[in-house]
Amino acid sequence: MPVQKICTVAEAVRLNEYAYALTLEVGEEMAARTSCGQFVHIKCGEERLLRRPISICSWDKTTLRVVFEVRGEGTAWLSRRKVGDELDVLGPLGHGFDPSAKKILVVGGGIGVPPMLGVARAAAAAGAEVHAALGFRDQGHKMLTDEFAECCRSMSVISDDGSTGRKGFVTELVEEFLRDTPCVSADCASCSGRPVPPVVMACGPKGMLKAVAKACAAHGVECQVSLEERMGCGVGACLVCACDMADGSRKHVCKDGPVFNAKEVDWND
Amino acid sequence: MTDLRVDLAGVALKNPIVVPSGTFGFGREYGQFFDLSELGAICVKGLTPLPREGNPAPRIAETPMGILNSVGLQNPGVDAFIAHELPELRKHDVKIIANISGNTPEEYGGMCEKLSAAGVDMIEVNISCPNVKAGGLAYGTRPEMAAEVTEIAKKSSTVPVMVKLSPNVTDITEIAKAVEGAGADAISLINTIRGMRIDVNTRRPILKMNTGGLSGPAVLPVAVRMVWEVANAVKVPILGMGGVSKGADAAEFMLAGAAAVAVGTASFADAYAPVRVRDELAAYAEKQGLARISELTGAVKPW
Ligand SMILES: Cc1cc2nc3c(=O)[nH]c(=O)nc-3n(C[C@H](O)[C@H](O)[C@H](O)COP(=O)(O)OP(=O)(O)OC[C@H]3O[C@@H](n4cnc5c(N)ncnc54)[C@H](O)[C@@H]3O)c2cc1C
Ligand SMILES: Cc1cc2nc3c(=O)[nH]c(=O)nc-3n(C[C@H](O)[C@H](O)[C@H](O)COP(=O)(O)O)c2cc1C
Ligand code: FES
Repeated sequence: MPVQKICTVAEAVRLNEYAYALTLEVGEEMAARTSCGQFVHIKCGEERLLRRPISICSWDKTTLRVVFEVRGEGTAWLSRRKVGDELDVLGPLGHGFDPSAKKILVVGGGIGVPPMLGVARAAAAAGAEVHAALGFRDQGHKMLTDEFAECCRSMSVISDDGSTGRKGFVTELVEEFLRDTPCVSADCASCSGRPVPPVVMACGPKGMLKAVAKACAAHGVECQVSLEERMGCGVGACLVCACDMADGSRKHVCKDGPVFNAKEVDWND
Repeated sequence: MTDLRVDLAGVALKNPIVVPSGTFGFGREYGQFFDLSELGAICVKGLTPLPREGNPAPRIAETPMGILNSVGLQNPGVDAFIAHELPELRKHDVKIIANISGNTPEEYGGMCEKLSAAGVDMIEVNISCPNVKAGGLAYGTRPEMAAEVTEIAKKSSTVPVMVKLSPNVTDITEIAKAVEGAGADAISLINTIRGMRIDVNTRRPILKMNTGGLSGPAVLPVAVRMVWEVANAVKVPILGMGGVSKGADAAEFMLAGAAAVAVGTASFADAYAPVRVRDELAAYAEKQGLARISELTGAVKPW
């Protein structure tokens, strides 16, 4: 059950030149209902009618943290919020990731990295072995890597120009992980000597998700992806946020998603 | 305290605030925020004889104080509505108005029969959807076709029939008179106004269908004017809508001639918009010293 509420900005920091992090004092009710991969729908000033959907990056007992980049007027307005300002927040919304697997590879590309931190933390807290593969454009776009390192068994970073980590795309890291990953689980009895198959969870640009989904399908590995679509209500009432499914049906990103099993999604444009 | 009850063609609403078709699904989602019994009536998402998946995304674009949508009547079909959604809605003390769209007069007739038998309180005949190729808007822009559909709907229904008009016409009173003449018990307006937005960087329209329907505060003055014109042209009651987001907006529609008012797009910004508008309208009526909210209907004093 989502909550609509005026929340106070508890912390406003820049993670780098492009990314802004806002910690919102949302209260226990909203925070307690949050699970990884969900999003909040934020009103960005009176002049803009529609709320903006932003994924929840992390949360604790009474706060939620969101991380975003400026894309247009709404996110520009949001980037100017200061500690103590009030924000009209609707959330938590949508169906997030299912972090119940024993071994998980979280994959983030660009502004798709922040939501994966919540997944990594939730899965690690539940006792899973979590690995992270993070892709950034360059050193200047890198963010949150210390926090991933804290909760993940391993973390690899890659960038378009090689200025942080190796040069290349995050999908290469996924390919390598699926191909090479040894079974590092202490308890291999449960998988009769075979490595525990990982579950891959990803957020990032559509092209990246498509490639990750393809790699997972080739390795027979389950893959969950977080999709984006333009939204109205954010709660499933207006039906504008349709996305095409492989079986020809249409689902709704705000209510059925934003996280879908990659097999369900129609990846053709 | 002002008596908020109003009568819409024999359908008794406990207050004049309605939620319009397509902005409120079948009530399940916003029912998480407030008790649906708080509303006067719910117009459900536009129904068609068979299920429809609607148009490809993007289906929404923001505009200055408005939105364009191109959902394209996605719905589970009239039978699934009757089997799965109507019983849920019936758990609440609120009038249910079934909004229908067909490709032929016969399709409208068939749906009216089923929905009357299923026990909805009213049928709203949508002859004004700008987002489907066949039927839809075509019926809403030609008086003789609008009359034909109205006649069939009336003949096939045992509950009051309201016809929803398109603003995408030169003279809306022509259509209003035609549907009244064909037996419509009430008229609702306005549906969305055709519009377009283009991303100047990609040179692509934002909507995948290129064009869509405009709603929200941006359309309010157009809608108020049309309600006023129609109110002066016909005798049947009017459900007014288009851009209402506060109590004073609802009062404007009533003064222009509406018996009841629908609050749609405003819910996307504020999930509580319909109940807030109702409370603000009630406070306004109180301040005006009205015994009955219905005293507002048509009470504008034109120059
Ligand atoms: C489920 C979900 C989670 C998201 N999480 C994040 C996040 O954690 N961090 C982040 O930086 N961004 C995130 N986004 C993208 C973010 O919503 C857009 O960048 C933002 O809406 C742009 O608004 P604007 O006013 O700045 O841009 P404008 O282009 O001016 O916006 C115009 C309209 O288009 C919509 N829009 C534009 N781009 C997008 C987009 N990519 N997805 C959905 N709607 C869009 C806006 O919401 C608005 O209605 C997420 C999107 C979705 C759907
Ligand atoms: C997303 C969306 C979907 C809609 N779907 C329908 C529909 O199925 N049938 C219909 O008669 N009107 C539909 N409408 C029009 C509304 O019922 C209403 O006439 C219009 O939005 C103006 O009111 P508003 O500005 O308060 O939203 C839709 C509007 C929106 C925004
Ligand atoms: S945004 Fe309204 S249904 Fe998804």
